[in-house]
Amino acid sequence: MDLLYDTLFNGLAIGSVLVLAALGLAVVFGLMGVINMAHGELMMIGAYTTYVVQNLFKTGPLESLFPIYILIAIPAAFLISGLAGLLLEKTVIRRLYGRPLETLLATWGVSLILQQFVRSVSTAFFVGLLVAVAIGVITPLVSPPALWQKRSSPLLRTGSWVVAGAIGIGLASALGQVMVLDTPWFSARNIDVTAPEWLRESISLGSLNMPTARLFIIALTAVCLLAVNRFLQKSVWGIRIRAVTQNRSMSSCLGIPTEQVDALTFLVGSGLAGVAGAALTLLGPVGPNLGGSYIVDCFMVVVLGGVGKLAGTLVAALGIGVLSFVIGSGSLLVVWPTMPVALNELVTFFATSSMAKVLVFALVVLFLQIRPAGLFPQKGRMVEA
Amino acid sequence: MKRSLQGWILVAALIAVALLLPAVLPPFRLNLLGRFLSLGIAALGVDLIWGYTGMLSLGQGIFFALGGYAVGMYLQLNSLTPGQLPEFFSLYGVKALPAFWQPFTSPLFTLLAIWVIPAVIAGLLGYLVFRNRIKGVYFSILTQAALLVFFNFFNGQQKLINGTNGLKTDTAQLFGMMVGHPDMQRALYWVTLVLVLLAWLLCRQLTRGRFGDALIAIRDDEPRLRFTGYNPTAYKTLVFAIAGGLAGISGALYTVQSGIVSPQYMGVAFSIEMVIWVAVGGRGTLIGAVLGAVLINYAKSLISEQLPETWLFIQGGLFLLVVTALPDGLVGWWRLGGVNHLLAMVGRAPRLATYPDLELDPDRLQESQALSTQASEARPQPGDTP
Repeated sequence: MDLLYDTLFNGLAIGSVLVLAALGLAVVFGLMGVINMAHGELMMIGAYTTYVVQNLFKTGPLESLFPIYILIAIPAAFLISGLAGLLLEKTVIRRLYGRPLETLLATWGVSLILQQFVRSVSTAFFVGLLVAVAIGVITPLVSPPALWQKRSSPLLRTGSWVVAGAIGIGLASALGQVMVLDTPWFSARNIDVTAPEWLRESISLGSLNMPTARLFIIALTAVCLLAVNRFLQKSVWGIRIRAVTQNRSMSSCLGIPTEQVDALTFLVGSGLAGVAGAALTLLGPVGPNLGGSYIVDCFMVVVLGGVGKLAGTLVAALGIGVLSFVIGSGSLLVVWPTMPVALNELVTFFATSSMAKVLVFALVVLFLQIRPAGLFPQKGRMVEA
Repeated sequence: MKRSLQGWILVAALIAVALLLPAVLPPFRLNLLGRFLSLGIAALGVDLIWGYTGMLSLGQGIFFALGGYAVGMYLQLNSLTPGQLPEFFSLYGVKALPAFWQPFTSPLFTLLAIWVIPAVIAGLLGYLVFRNRIKGVYFSILTQAALLVFFNFFNGQQKLINGTNGLKTDTAQLFGMMVGHPDMQRALYWVTLVLVLLAWLLCRQLTRGRFGDALIAIRDDEPRLRFTGYNPTAYKTLVFAIAGGLAGISGALYTVQSGIVSPQYMGVAFSIEMVIWVAVGGRGTLIGAVLGAVLINYAKSLISEQLPETWLFIQGGLFLLVVTALPDGLVGWWRLGGVNHLLAMVGRAPRLATYPDLELDPDRLQESQALSTQASEARPQPGDTP
């Protein structure tokens, strides 16, 4: 019995992190069909936001509020990641709607840039970047408009960006001579976020030991799920989002501003990634590579659950969580100690977390053979020959 | 006519450069070039399945690494005296050679295994996926998941395959010579060059004629091809298996030239990089795939030596640039008259043959027709996947 509770709790704990991480992806991929490979990096931005907020609360006038900094860090992470996602949508993804494979490559490029950005960003670097972008954006505004209507304008525009970039790099390296300005803000090392005291304890229930951090994440996941569900089902914008999901051109004809809907969907999805990142800081140190370790799992959850269904995401994530724990801990052996030797060896063979992943993913791929559209397929009459 | 001539001149020039470089480059650089050329073979495979057939596989690393492991296992066994075990086995207390190592004592088996095993696995995986008509981004995600499965397996199995440390090959013996020896590496460069050429010829043959047309039809409108009475699953499975085999050969060549094969070859990033080589070189152009692989990797090694921090920025920027501004890649841009577009922008547009001119000179007519068909042929569809 204890083992059952233990399995359920740990499976739920692993699964809830997956739900939280995959929820934003389910919104973006499920509703918009955009493959966002930078989703993991948006999570990382959320984690780093939490780190910054925590540092604000560590010393100074806000020190007394340190125990509840996480409650401020989570909305902050939502906001910052959401804004980063919005910027990404406005600058890159907007140009690529309807070309999912190209989006995949472009967002992968963005994810590489973001990873290196948090490693090497320093004050000098940041100022250089700001100046370069400012020059690039302002140039066509302050110069005569006739210059930008010629046939050669695209060349000129490229040239102006190259010059702006060169100025930015020059400025950054000049500022970089000063030691203080050159120190990286985060560096490539993992950052360690100290959880408040109440999130480092654990509650014992019988023989079951439940860390409060895990419980907090489970609760946070539940809140996020309910909020997203309510938003999509009840609010005006949620209904608009669902309408665009079902039929983009018809929605547009009926006066729904599809561009704004796209932007909003992306903002919400990215923000949820940020919340997931903030939650992950409670489980251990996080670093620039945080995203890479989650992105494939998230996609598996969404694909297994069935695209466009939140319930599918939930069931798939919890299923994967429980299954990973059961296989990875080898708890089958405890339940059934007298199993045949061959089976025993097989169970032991897969009883590490990485081998459990091998088996779970293989099972998912096999499952998709039977139900190619996932657990909860979207019903429709579209011919997909 | 004109286009194929242009293509042949380009190929001949590239071969001439490749033949001359060993005389010029120091051994270290030559070795790097050899490695990157062998990556070009994998890029050819990616181009076949992505550029021509429209299936974006993010799991080519599986087949690449399998080829590498095949040759790595053979080299480990080849440099032992009979009865001895590869050194790492003793670290994990393994007393007898695992059964699946046994066949790799045979050089003939290894030569076959390098491309047959990856091709068979690719064919199986592809058949399972294509049979269910899983395509587009779902195919990409599934291949990536498969990649992760293989990575975790190879990474976790110390006792079978030395886990995360991989198999070293540079101190192994081949034909009584150390694999890492400069003379051996020089010979391997020539082998690589020949195999790249052969792979290119194979892909060229495949992408022409009916088979190639079927591939392009799958890319552009699969339902229509199906309704016309073809079976896309067979074509897709076959071409995916061929790409897998090419990746295996590429992995084997890369392994012997870099001196190690490790699960890192199955990393998520590496497989996506393969796609970007093809994208930069020009998807749907074979020569572009090889050029892209060599140029990007050469640039990577040069930049990483000087300014290691900037490479990820540059690589990320390349992804963005290629997708948004240069969807046809460098070779595609060139073929579609990119230079003329550039000249037109600065007011130096080439003069077009006008009507009376065409009447007077039949050659001009043919030429302009060839130009217009080539433009419509070579253009890959921007929105090719649903």
